[in-house]
Amino acid sequence: MENKKLTIAITGLNNIDSPGPGVPVIRGIKDSGINARIIGLAYENLEPGIYMPELVDKTYLMPFPSTGSEAFLERLEYIHKKEQIDIIIPNFDSELYLFIKFSDQLLKMGIHAFLPTMNQFEERHKDNLPEYAKKYNILVPDSKPIMNSDELSNLPKPLSYPYYIKGKFYEAFKVVNKSQGVYYFNKLSAKWGLPVVVQQAIHGTEVNVIALGDGEGNTVSAVAMRKQYITDKGKAWGGITLNDERLLEITHHIIKETKWRGAMELELIKTDDGDYYLIEINPRIPAWVYLAVGAGQNIPEMVCRLAMGEEVKPVTEYEYGKMFIRYSWDLIGDIADFEKIIIFGEL
Amino acid sequence: MSKLNSLAISDNGFIFKPSTGESFTTNELGLLIINYLKEGKSADEIISEITEEFDVDTISAGRDLYEYLDFLKRENMLD
Repeated sequence: MENKKLTIAITGLNNIDSPGPGVPVIRGIKDSGINARIIGLAYENLEPGIYMPELVDKTYLMPFPSTGSEAFLERLEYIHKKEQIDIIIPNFDSELYLFIKFSDQLLKMGIHAFLPTMNQFEERHKDNLPEYAKKYNILVPDSKPIMNSDELSNLPKPLSYPYYIKGKFYEAFKVVNKSQGVYYFNKLSAKWGLPVVVQQAIHGTEVNVIALGDGEGNTVSAVAMRKQYITDKGKAWGGITLNDERLLEITHHIIKETKWRGAMELELIKTDDGDYYLIEINPRIPAWVYLAVGAGQNIPEMVCRLAMGEEVKPVTEYEYGKMFIRYSWDLIGDIADFEKIIIFGEL
Repeated sequence: MSKLNSLAISDNGFIFKPSTGESFTTNELGLLIINYLKEGKSADEIISEITEEFDVDTISAGRDLYEYLDFLKRENMLD
C-alpha cells in the first residue's frame, strides 16, 4: 500500500474546545508509511483543520447529515468525481448512520471504509446500554431513556441524585436536583433530539480505551488512558496512557462478544473497589487518538489498511506513562481562503 | 509483579503508577524506604538504616517508617 498514493477523505476537522478527531487522525496517517492525499470534509466554514498548514491537500464543505441522505450522497459523489476517494474516515457520531447505511453504495463507487455494522452501531446507543450490558455481561450504571421532562419526577429506583443527564449524541451534565434536570433535559433534547438518557453517577475515576476491532472478534489495537485535565465541556485536555490489565480484558471481551468492526472508544468508571462500569461506547475514533499513535499504536493507519482489505496483525504493546496535553494556537489566515470556502465550498 | 515493583520511580522522587496514571512526589526518606522495601528488608532493618542515614533515634525512625507505609497502603502501592 506504501507505493500507491491513496486519497483519504476525513471529517471532523473542528479542532476546537470540543475537538473532532479529524486532525489527529490525519497526523497519524502522515506519521505512517501510507502515501496519502488528504481530503478534508468540513461542515462549518471555520473548522480549523481547513486552514492548518500542510494538513489537508484540499477541503470540501459538506451538507449537515440532518439535511438528508440525498444531498449528502450527491455532495460525496461530486467530491469523489473530482478526487477519486479511496478511503473515507467519518469521525462524527451524527454522520455515522449515513456512512454505515450507504457503505455498500460507497464501496461500489470505489470508496472504502472500515465501520461498524448497522446492528453494532444501533445496539450500543446510550438509551440501549442496560440491554447491551445484559446481553454481553458488562457492568453498567442504572439508566433510563426519557422522552419528557415530567419523567424526571418518576425515575425508577434505584436511580437517584446525583445522576448524569446525557444528550443522544454528545454532552452530559451532572444533576443534583429536579430544576437542574429539567433545564438540561430541555437543552439537550433541543440540541441532539430524543431520547435524553438519565444515568446514575458512579463514584470513581473515569478511564478510557481506544480500540480497533477487525469484525471477526479480534482486538487489533487497544490503548488505555486516564484523563488528567478535563475541560468544563468534559473533554480531555490532557491524558496519560495506563497499564490496566483488567480494563484491556474488558475491551477484548466486548470486541470478541460483539465482533466489533472498526474503531471505538470505551468510557468507564473505575470504582475504589476495582469495579469497572461502562458508561458509554463511542463508535468511532476519539479525539485523543494521537496519544495512541504516540504510545506506539497507529490506529488511523490500521483503519486505512483494514479498509483496503489488508490483514493487520493485532498489536498489544504500547508505552505506559505517555502523555498528551492539548493547546490552542492562533492561526493567521487570509480572507481569500475564507472567501473560497464560503463562495465555492472548497479550498 | 509486586505493586511496589510496578511503580516507575525516578531518583528525583517522582513516582508514576502505571495502573492508574497517578503520580506522586516523595522526599529523600520516602525514596530510601521504597528502595529498602524493594530490596526485601524488614521493618527493623529499615529503621536501623534510617537512624544511621538521618541521625535520628529509633522511635522517630519507626514513626516515619510506619507513617510512610500507611501512605503507600492508602494509595494502593503496597501489597
